[in-house]
Amino acid sequence: MSSINIKSQEVQIREVRLGSITGFEGTAGELVRCARAGKLQDSVRSFSQCMGCSSGNAFCQLSMIRDAAIINHAPVGCSGDFFGFNFVYRVGQMERNLPPATGRYFNSNIEEKDTIFGATAKLGETVRQVYERVKPKAIFITTSCASAIIGDDIEAVANQMTDELGIPVIGCYCEGFKSKIWTTGFDSAYHSIVRKLVKPPKKKTNNVNIINFWGSHIFDELLEPLGYKADYIVPFSTVADLEYISEAAATIQICPTLGTYLGAALEQLYGVPEIKAPPAYGIPGTDAWLRELGKVLKREKEIEEYIQKEHSRVLPILEEYRRKLQGKTAYITAGAAHGHALIALLRELGLKVQGAAIFHHDPVYDNADPASDALAHDVNTYGDVHNYNVCNKQAYELVNILNKVRPDIMIARHGGMTLWGAKLGVPTLLIGDEQFGFGYQGVLNYAERILETIDNREFVTNLAKHSTMPYTKWWLEQNPFSFLGGNIDVEVY
Amino acid sequence: MLKFIEQPRYSCAIGAQQTVVAIRRGVPILHAGPGCSSKVSSLIGQGEGYAGGNTIPCTNAGEAEVVYGGEGRLRNVIDGAFKVIDGDLYVVLTGCTSDIVGDDVGRVAGEYRSQGKPIVYAETGGFKSNNYKSHETVVNAIIDQYVDAFNKGGAFKKGLVNVFATIPYQDPYWNGNLKEIKRILEGIGLKVNILFGNDSQGVEEWKTIPHAQFNILVNSWAGLGIVRHLEEKYGTPYIQFPYLPIGGIETSKFLRQVSGFGELDDKKTEDFIRLEEEKYYSFIERTADFMLEFRYGIPRRFYTILDASYSIGFSKFLLNELGILPEKQYVIDDTPEEFRESVKLQFSKISDLRSAEVVFSIDGGAIQEEIRQSPPKNRTLILGSGWERDLANDLKADLLIISAPVTYRLVLNCGYAGYNGGLRAIEDIYDRVLNTYR
Repeated sequence: MSSINIKSQEVQIREVRLGSITGFEGTAGELVRCARAGKLQDSVRSFSQCMGCSSGNAFCQLSMIRDAAIINHAPVGCSGDFFGFNFVYRVGQMERNLPPATGRYFNSNIEEKDTIFGATAKLGETVRQVYERVKPKAIFITTSCASAIIGDDIEAVANQMTDELGIPVIGCYCEGFKSKIWTTGFDSAYHSIVRKLVKPPKKKTNNVNIINFWGSHIFDELLEPLGYKADYIVPFSTVADLEYISEAAATIQICPTLGTYLGAALEQLYGVPEIKAPPAYGIPGTDAWLRELGKVLKREKEIEEYIQKEHSRVLPILEEYRRKLQGKTAYITAGAAHGHALIALLRELGLKVQGAAIFHHDPVYDNADPASDALAHDVNTYGDVHNYNVCNKQAYELVNILNKVRPDIMIARHGGMTLWGAKLGVPTLLIGDEQFGFGYQGVLNYAERILETIDNREFVTNLAKHSTMPYTKWWLEQNPFSFLGGNIDVEVY
Repeated sequence: MLKFIEQPRYSCAIGAQQTVVAIRRGVPILHAGPGCSSKVSSLIGQGEGYAGGNTIPCTNAGEAEVVYGGEGRLRNVIDGAFKVIDGDLYVVLTGCTSDIVGDDVGRVAGEYRSQGKPIVYAETGGFKSNNYKSHETVVNAIIDQYVDAFNKGGAFKKGLVNVFATIPYQDPYWNGNLKEIKRILEGIGLKVNILFGNDSQGVEEWKTIPHAQFNILVNSWAGLGIVRHLEEKYGTPYIQFPYLPIGGIETSKFLRQVSGFGELDDKKTEDFIRLEEEKYYSFIERTADFMLEFRYGIPRRFYTILDASYSIGFSKFLLNELGILPEKQYVIDDTPEEFRESVKLQFSKISDLRSAEVVFSIDGGAIQEEIRQSPPKNRTLILGSGWERDLANDLKADLLIISAPVTYRLVLNCGYAGYNGGLRAIEDIYDRVLNTYR
C-alpha cells in the first residue's frame, strides 16, 4: 500500500509507515538481511539522553521558503531553534547573492490558561496579525506537544484562515512526542507542501528537483550540459517555485533520509520520476547513480562519456590518496542515509571502518524499492560493517565505544557529537555541506580533509589533556549496549 | 491580549535546565519530549558545559508516556543517570507532556531522595512560564529539597552572602558577570556564595546558603522569588540592587549600598572603591580625548532591546559615563505586571537630569517596526540581540549584541558587570564603531 495520502492532514510517522527503528546492535549485513526478511524489531534503551524532535526538522525545511511565514503554535521554548535556522538562512542568502532578509518566524506563546481553554482563537488571531505584518505568500503552522495534547483543532483554523486571507494557511503536524525519529519532521513539512501548495502539472519542464538542505550547487555543472536545470528545493525556494515542482523531469535526493517522502510523493502523484539509486557516494555508487540519472533523463550516451572522463581524471588521484590512507581506521556517527554514504566514501578511500553509530534505520523508503537501500549497497560493494549500531544520538554509548575503539579519525555528521572524539584525543571531522562528498569529486574532497584532520593532532591532544569527563568510570568499563533492549520495565510501556 | 512573539529571545520554563548546568557538576534530568533540551541549548546553550547539551539525560517522552503516563520510564532514566553520569546534584525537570498528563514526578524523585540520593525535582512544563520565572522555581526547589537537609540551624555566619544576579545562560555573559560581582564583593570584605559557574564551589557552597548573613539580588525582578523565599524560610534579610551595575558610578553605588545594608567596615569599603575607581577612571581619562575629538562620528543616541536588568544598567552607564543619549528603551523579558512600575521608576531617573521612555514588549518584530518608523537622526548604538542585525544595518547603527540569541559572538569569560565590565563595554562598543571605517 502506498504511504502517500494527501487527503490525510497528517503523514504517518516513520515507525508506522516504513517500520523504522532507533535501536540495534550487530553488523550492517545482519540489519540489511533482517530488514528484507520482515518487520524489524526495535530495541528500547532504558536510559536515554535528549535527542531532537520532529518539529525542529519540519521547521528546518519550511523556515527558508523565501516568501512564507511560519507560526510555531507552542510555548515559547519550542521556538528555541528559530535563530539557529535564521542564521543558516542568512548565510545561505550570502552564498546565493540574495538580499539580506530575516526569517519571519512567530511563536503563538501557549500559556497555562490555554492548556485549559484551548488556544485556537489565539492562533487564529495570530495568523491574522502575522498576515498583516508580513504579507506572506503562505503561512505554515507547526504544531507542538502542548498543542496536540490539549487537542487544538489546527486544521480548522488553517482552513478558515485560508478562506479569510486568500493565501494558503497550512497546518504542519510535527509534535515531538509522536515519533522517536526526528526526521519524521521532514516528512511532515513535505506532506504539508504537497497536500496544500503543489499544483498538478500543466506542462513538463526541463527542471530537475534537487531535494537538499542548503548545500553547494554542485548539480548545475552536471545537469546544464545535459540540457537540464537544477532546482534546489525546499530551502531558498519561493511559494510559487514549489507550486510547480510537479512539472519537473526528475527528482534527485542528496539523502533519502531527508527526501524519501517528497521524492515518492511527486512520483506517485504527478509522475515525476525519482532517481532511486542510493546517492552518489564512492566510485561504484556514483557510477550506478549517474547511469540511472542518464536513463531517466534520456541522456545515456552523454552520461557514459561523463563517467569515462571523470574516471580518467579522478582514479589516478584517488590511488594516491588510498596509498596515504592505507591502514587508517575510522568510526562514524551520522544520520541514516548520509551515514551509509559516508561509510561508502571512507571504504572507497581504503580506510577501515571500525564501526558506526547511525541515528535510525529505515528498512525501506517511501518508494518501496529495495534498490534504494544504501546500506545494502555498502555491504554488497565493500563488504559487511561490524559494530554497526543504530543509536539516536545517545552520546553515552558513543563515548563508551570511542573510548574502547580509539580510531585514527572520527567522522560525525551531527552537531554535539564531535566533542567526544576530541575529548578523547581522537581527531574528529564534521563536514556541514552534504554535497561536499557527492560524486567523483566528493571522494577526493573528503580524502583531502581526512588527511588534514588526521595530521592535525595538536589541538585534540591538548584538549584531551585538559578535558573533564561527565561519564562515570563504571560506565566506561561496561558493554556500550548495557541499556539497550531486554529491560522489563521498558516493555511495560 | 494577544501575546505572540516574533523573534524569541528567551526560552520557556524548561529553559531552567541551564540553571542546573550552571551549577558545578549539576545534572539536569528531563522528563520531557525528545526535542525540548536541544531547543533550549540551541537558543541559550554555550556548548556542552559539564553535563549539558547532548549529555542531558531525558525520557524523550513519546506517545506511550503521554497515553499511559511516564513515571516508570522516568525511574529507568533516573536509575541510568546515577550510574552513567558522574554528578553531585541531579535535578528532574518536567516538560509539557508530563505536566499536562499529570505524572507524579514529586513522588518519584522523593523515592530516590529517601534513599539518600542528591535529587530534586521541579515542574517546568513549557507553558507554565518562561525561564526568567522558572529559574526561581528551580533554585527554590534545590533549596527546599536538597540544601535544607544539610541545614543544622544555628547562627548565621557574619560576612557570608548569597548572590543571585542575572539568569545563567539566559544572560550570555553570566559567568563573567558573576566573576566580577564576586571579586568586588570580596573586595569590601564579604565571603561570597556565587553559586553558579567557574567561580563557585558547587554544591558545597549551596549547602551554606542557609547560613548567610544576608542575600544580595542584582536583578530588576527575576530572583525576587528566591530571596523572598529565603527570608521566609531562614529569616535571611535581602538587599535588591534592581539592575546590573556597569561602570564606575553604579558599581560604587552598589558596593556602598551593600556595605551599608550589611553594616560592613566603612573604611574598608571606601578604600576598595577608591582604588578601583582610580584604576577605572585612569582608563576613562585616556579615552576622553578620543570621545570628544573623533571627527568621523561616534554614536550619540542609543536603544536597548534587553531584559530589564541589562536595559536599566546599560542605560545609566551609556548616559552618565559615555554621554550617549537614550531613545526609547525596550524591555523584552515579559516583566510581570507587578514589577513594571519599579522598572519605569528606574528609567524615570536614569540621570539627575533626564528620564527615558520605556516600552514593555516581547515581540521583537513589532519593536523593530516601531524603530524603523521613526528612525533616529543621529548615529545610533543598538544594544540588542542577533535578531537586530538588519535593523542596525538599515539604520547604519552600531550593534553590540548583549541579549540572547548572541550567535554572532563567541562568549567565554566576557562580562559587563562592575568596574571591569564597564571597561570591557567601552572597548566592545568602540571596537564596533571604529571597525565601520575602511
